[in-house]
Amino acid sequence: MERKIRILVAKPGLDGHDRGAKVIARAFMEAGFEVIYTGIRQTPEDIVEAAVQEDVDCIAMSILSGAHNYLFSRVMELAKEKGIEDVLVIAGGIIPDEDISYLKSIGIAEIFTPGTPTSYAVDFVRKNVKR
Amino acid sequence: MYKDISNIKLKRKEWEEKKLKPLVKKFPERKKFFKTTSGTEIKTIYTPEDNENLNYDNIGFPGEYPFTRGIHPNMYRGKLWTMRQYAGYLTAEESNRRYKYLLEQGITGLSIAFDLPTQVGYDSDHLLALGEVGKVGVPIDSLYDMEVLLKGIAIDKISTSMTINASAIVLLAMYLVIAKKQGVPFENLRGTIQNDILKEYVARGTYIFPVKPSMRLTTDIFEYCTKHVPKWNVISISGYHIREAGATAVQELAFTFANAIEYVKAAISKGLDVDDFAPHLSFFFNSHNNLFEEVAKFRAARRIWARIMKELFKAKNESSMMLRFHTQTAGSTLTAQQIDNNIIRVTIQTLAAVLGGTQSLHTNSRDEALSLPTEESVRIALRTQQIVAYESGVCDTVDPLAGSYYIESLTDEIEKKVFEYIEKIEKMGGAAKAIELGYIQREIADSAYKYQMEIEKRERIVVGVNKFTIDENTKRHILKVHGEAEEKQRDLLRKIKNERDNYMVSKALENLKKAAEGNENLMPYIINAVECYGTLGEICGVLREVFGEYKPSIVI
Repeated sequence: MERKIRILVAKPGLDGHDRGAKVIARAFMEAGFEVIYTGIRQTPEDIVEAAVQEDVDCIAMSILSGAHNYLFSRVMELAKEKGIEDVLVIAGGIIPDEDISYLKSIGIAEIFTPGTPTSYAVDFVRKNVKR
Repeated sequence: MYKDISNIKLKRKEWEEKKLKPLVKKFPERKKFFKTTSGTEIKTIYTPEDNENLNYDNIGFPGEYPFTRGIHPNMYRGKLWTMRQYAGYLTAEESNRRYKYLLEQGITGLSIAFDLPTQVGYDSDHLLALGEVGKVGVPIDSLYDMEVLLKGIAIDKISTSMTINASAIVLLAMYLVIAKKQGVPFENLRGTIQNDILKEYVARGTYIFPVKPSMRLTTDIFEYCTKHVPKWNVISISGYHIREAGATAVQELAFTFANAIEYVKAAISKGLDVDDFAPHLSFFFNSHNNLFEEVAKFRAARRIWARIMKELFKAKNESSMMLRFHTQTAGSTLTAQQIDNNIIRVTIQTLAAVLGGTQSLHTNSRDEALSLPTEESVRIALRTQQIVAYESGVCDTVDPLAGSYYIESLTDEIEKKVFEYIEKIEKMGGAAKAIELGYIQREIADSAYKYQMEIEKRERIVVGVNKFTIDENTKRHILKVHGEAEEKQRDLLRKIKNERDNYMVSKALENLKKAAEGNENLMPYIINAVECYGTLGEICGVLREVFGEYKPSIVI
């Protein structure tokens, strides 16, 4: 049997707005993925640790507080340190256009902004997971 | 209420057979079912039949039990609602400048947004504060920041609302110390502290401590203010965030009132008399897109609360039964696409809040699906309220939609469904228990998912998102919160810690710790610690040591 795609849905930082994270987690579940949801208030260390422990193929992060540049960069740094840079990383939330090119340059594969259908994110992950 | 109801019934049936059915057969309607967000099916027309059991005593006159039509006899003919724009970002200095700008533009109440580290009890130099300082609100580490924030603002004249929950007692203590320093008697202070921890566990997420010690802090504020700050609203029991998290209109009211019941019970068991504190309980609701459902929701809310206070808690004082509420337009309805369309959404939501009889209102800005709002966007949002207030004529009579067959029927329906939920939650053992079981979180998550799927299947149209879309390449001017401010805030904190009397601070923190281990009211101890520039992080740190931290159950 084919292994299900494993995805970690994570909320880095102190932001408590988890409606989007929960909706996307459920959409991935309905699409047949193995979903691990971290809950809110995770440090970058917590997230990378969970990604390693759970042997995931993809990390999907959500932030609405504006702290994305710092927190996402930190996650990418740690992912490199832990040798999991082949894990696909995607993100969503209130992220202004001008930050998107920077976030892509540090290795985040795609940023999904408000109004994106969950099915786009699901298709994107299916097409782009590397392992 | 209507004498000729059987005649109306007869005529309505005839109309359906002869006019409606043949038409619909020939030209099918746009949807198979029309329904409210709460799932109530909406009929083609409403007639006196739908108000058959309506008793005018159930509606009553404004300013009289059960307050369906409003809490004041003449509502906005006397005084308009308070126009209160929620603001705060970057630093205390910059936020103070924004408040003064808003005051110049005509806001009539202050509303302070705190950043996330402040909301969860960390100073700006805490590891977990990195990247978050000044992002969603103003950072407050010590009394000094609060002094800068309120500089030149007459706190004896204006009412101040503070959106702060887990660390509410610390921020309120700071506000009181500032009043003391400015020589403003506590009796003259007007304002509201959100202080609603239960909804943090289910929707907003800025909790610190477990439920029991959190409820103690909440009711310590009730007790202290009832005695010393008599005009202060001791809590703002909030449905707003529950709705934003995905709840329907009915769920918004049901979960808010279930929480409210829990607070009232906790205060009573602390030995407070219901009529002493209930007049200072206030509420906070969401104004969403469905205009009529929202108006009916606000009307039903007043009636439900009046009944709960009178029948369940046996309140005697009329003002204990009056539901006073703040409203904010629904942030989650704003789109990142064609953002000027949001101005129109906010206008409709403003109308719902005003037709629903709100006491104060925040209108969201058009660019909030992208970032914090620019000054220009905030001004448009405020102007929206001013246009509704001064130009639309909707404020000239009280509760103008009363008596509409549809509105009255919806009001009754919402009331009925809310009480069903409340009963269910009471049977589980109350709101705190239902939260522990994950019941409320699950209900909200289910509704949120359903809502999203309706959009994706285009059963629910969002203009500019799943219909009437355009290619947008224009660069927008949006507000940017720069990182240097975070460094500056940390330097400032270091400076304060060096300059204060550190012996006094450690003494005050020690006393607070002892008091927290017992069951005295903690407010005086926190005031002491704040006065000698003990920081928010230090005070919450002591409480974390004594109380421990809340461990959430994860519900998708």
